[in-house]
Amino acid sequence: MTTTQDSVNDNALVLGDKTLDSRLIVGTGKYADYETMQKALDVSGAQVITVAVRRERLIDAEGRSLLDYIDTDRYTILPNTAGCFTADDAIRVAQLGREILDQMDNPGKNWVKLEVLGDKKTLLPDPVGTLEACKTLVDDGFDVLCYTSDDPIMAQRIRDAGATSVMPAGSPIGSGQGVLNQNNIRLILELLKDPEHGGNPDYPVIVDAGVGTASDVTIAMELGADGVLLNTGIAHAKDAVRMAEAMKHALLAGRLAYQSGRIGKRLYATASSPWSGVISYIPGE
Amino acid sequence: MLNGEMQEIPTNAEGRATVADLIAHLDMVGKPLAVELNKEVVRFRNHPTTELNEGDVVEVVSLVGGG
Repeated sequence: MTTTQDSVNDNALVLGDKTLDSRLIVGTGKYADYETMQKALDVSGAQVITVAVRRERLIDAEGRSLLDYIDTDRYTILPNTAGCFTADDAIRVAQLGREILDQMDNPGKNWVKLEVLGDKKTLLPDPVGTLEACKTLVDDGFDVLCYTSDDPIMAQRIRDAGATSVMPAGSPIGSGQGVLNQNNIRLILELLKDPEHGGNPDYPVIVDAGVGTASDVTIAMELGADGVLLNTGIAHAKDAVRMAEAMKHALLAGRLAYQSGRIGKRLYATASSPWSGVISYIPGE
Repeated sequence: MLNGEMQEIPTNAEGRATVADLIAHLDMVGKPLAVELNKEVVRFRNHPTTELNEGDVVEVVSLVGGG
């Protein structure tokens, strides 16, 4: 099935030094098996996929590993700092991820999806640690795609710290609640991208975390987000491959709708068929 | 300490062990991974010359699925 990207008349997503046709970034975690992950990623159309950095299994080297199922020529790999609760740990993990990708010569070698978590149960970001790690990693030459809450002020701080992209959560990671506070996402988009507010229209804001189903992606894109990052919404769907396809279309639909200039919302109706020339009785006339 | 557990690393004739030796000992030569020694990344090009000493804390990491 060919993409209808050409008919979209869209500009591509520019993230740092990378230009992407797909505005969907998909995670590689939590799939039922590697084969399902492989198919889901393929069907999603994503060009960037996230991975985590963990201790290598030292015994049982026969176990299958993720990279056996990833076409590293096709995908740009984006390592995350998931599981880090301090800036120092996130910085260590980012540097280790870079080292691995450097050896593989994958285009993702200067990227990191920065997460500094505050709490294990909610996986909410620690804003202080996040900002600290962001500054250090930017200074160290990373393109930082920074996971944060939907606080517009924090989003500005992270942008000012040099992050390549601000990635506000729609709702807690894996929670499937979608975009809980559309107003905050709109405020972030306005503050970061609207020239009248000192923003840059080309600055990428990607909604990351909490996506549960296709409409969540569409809503995020209709608000004006530049892209969506998700993992659990696909990986834990009953039919992950089918959901990946749904997400691809949902993103396209949301992007097209955003560009099309939707109608406003009115209290009263406005008829779609003309009143003139009716043969019917109109009450009140 | 290697990946959280105390381990003995075999040394060469001169009683030394490098990061490269460790990778070979683990039968992981050529695998995409990174090594951290006492909380600092050891660049791949430095594996053959970076020595491991008693009490060092080493992490050998790779990429796994994640969001």
